[in-house]
Amino acid sequence: MSEFSNKDQLRRRYRKIKSNVMVGVTVAATVIALTPLFLVLGYLLAKGASSLNWAFFTKMPAPVGKTGGGMANAIVGTFELIGLASIVGVPIGVGAGVYLAENRDRSMPQVIRFAADVMMGVPSIVIGIFAYTVIVRPMGGFSALSGAIALAFIMIPLVTRTAEEMILLVPHELREAALALGVPRWRTTMSVIVRAAATGISTGVILAVARVAGETAPLLFTAFGNRFWSVALREPIETLTVQVYTYAISPFADWQRQAWAGALVLTMIVLTLELGVRWTTRQKSHATR
Amino acid sequence: MSDKLVVNNLNAYFDKTRAVRDVNVGFSANRVTAIIGPSGCGKSTLVRCLNRMHEVVPGARAEGRVMLDGMNIYDPAVDPVDVRRRIGMVFQKPTPFPTMSVAENVAAGLTLNGASLSNAERDRIVEKSLRDAALWEEVKDHLHRPGTSLSGGQQQRLCVARALAVEPEVLLLDEPCSALDPISTARIEELLLELKDSYTIVIVTHNMQQAARTADFTAFMYTGDLIEFGETKQIFTNPSKRETEDYITGRFG
Repeated sequence: MSEFSNKDQLRRRYRKIKSNVMVGVTVAATVIALTPLFLVLGYLLAKGASSLNWAFFTKMPAPVGKTGGGMANAIVGTFELIGLASIVGVPIGVGAGVYLAENRDRSMPQVIRFAADVMMGVPSIVIGIFAYTVIVRPMGGFSALSGAIALAFIMIPLVTRTAEEMILLVPHELREAALALGVPRWRTTMSVIVRAAATGISTGVILAVARVAGETAPLLFTAFGNRFWSVALREPIETLTVQVYTYAISPFADWQRQAWAGALVLTMIVLTLELGVRWTTRQKSHATR
Repeated sequence: MSDKLVVNNLNAYFDKTRAVRDVNVGFSANRVTAIIGPSGCGKSTLVRCLNRMHEVVPGARAEGRVMLDGMNIYDPAVDPVDVRRRIGMVFQKPTPFPTMSVAENVAAGLTLNGASLSNAERDRIVEKSLRDAALWEEVKDHLHRPGTSLSGGQQQRLCVARALAVEPEVLLLDEPCSALDPISTARIEELLLELKDSYTIVIVTHNMQQAARTADFTAFMYTGDLIEFGETKQIFTNPSKRETEDYITGRFG
């Protein structure tokens, strides 16, 4: 009897040890996964914050050899490009997502869905080369427009798939309720279904914007970069990512310093967008409760 | 008394499965007709065929005729959208549109169909529909709150008001009380008795007491067949078919 309970106790202890070891392993994995993130953010803050000043936001890049200046053109350029990319990419992406969600069981949408999934996995530099071939070459030079379209190519599959998923989350009873009122199908889709999914769709849009805001590779072939002030569609345009890249690999200490500041500003823009998503979705979930 | 809706040789399918078999029945104007039967007997499918909502489900189709005032709603020249404006429907689960206020929900059938209403006109229709649905007194001070903020029973009456706002001739209710508590259920039942003065009403129900309380006529369905149809009193006291008797006495279902 006592031997039996002894054995039982041993087994229990062994089980507890196993459980603790597993908890330890998962905690360690989490810490290892998060460490680089905090190191990057911390390092960025330490290196970048000291180079940030008012001039960085308001001044143009200083000529080579002179210190000072800022990235005003690149900041404006970044916003212009993601704005243009959204104007092109969001309507197409949402439209395609609506089509996929509304025609679930036909074969054509399945092909498109697969194509969108593949496109999401295409390296962005390939998108850049593609945009170079079909837009930059025929237009005869680098331009803001080609950069925006390259970014839109990256956005479209992201927006399409999230829009589709969000529309599928809308209960089908709502669709039937609208149809039973004698509302035509297109109107049901646009005014009831898409409206009910609007929060989720805008979340997807902002995440896609945040994703392309950090793209560098496709812009090297398209928007190219521009040390001077330009917001023209047909001229090359500067962006934070490309300027950070150019400055970071330059031999000048002052440029390298500014590259850190640029990286910090870019990270803050992306972080703000993502926090914005969190905040708006939280507001909504409170409202529906 | 005439039949508002007449069903002739109606068959309804989900892909290859036949859910409604050769049903012939008439629904009288200004009367409540209940359709009862065990789960899966085809009663919901039958009622969804009456305003062409059955075919909305992928793979579903219907054959036969449904005559609304002598017009076959399955005629190829008839637009299902027009049929649904004349034959309204309320579903099992309350389905207020989540992005709309109480008032917007009531007016949805009109605004979504592109009707241009003046504010005064809209307010009048909203008030009348809510009064008809016996909801006005409870919501008149929160017309701008979201429709989803109401209780379940109120939401269901909101859906009735929304269906009434488009001024249909027939009102179909597919188990409208199965998600409601007894008090809300009683309110809906009272409502049906008031509404039958102006509408032809068809109600699908699981609840035999509900059919006995509210319906003038009752149809009993079993495995896709319409077994028996008659005055409610006769069906419940003196059914002519064996299956009907077994069902209402609780021997199965």
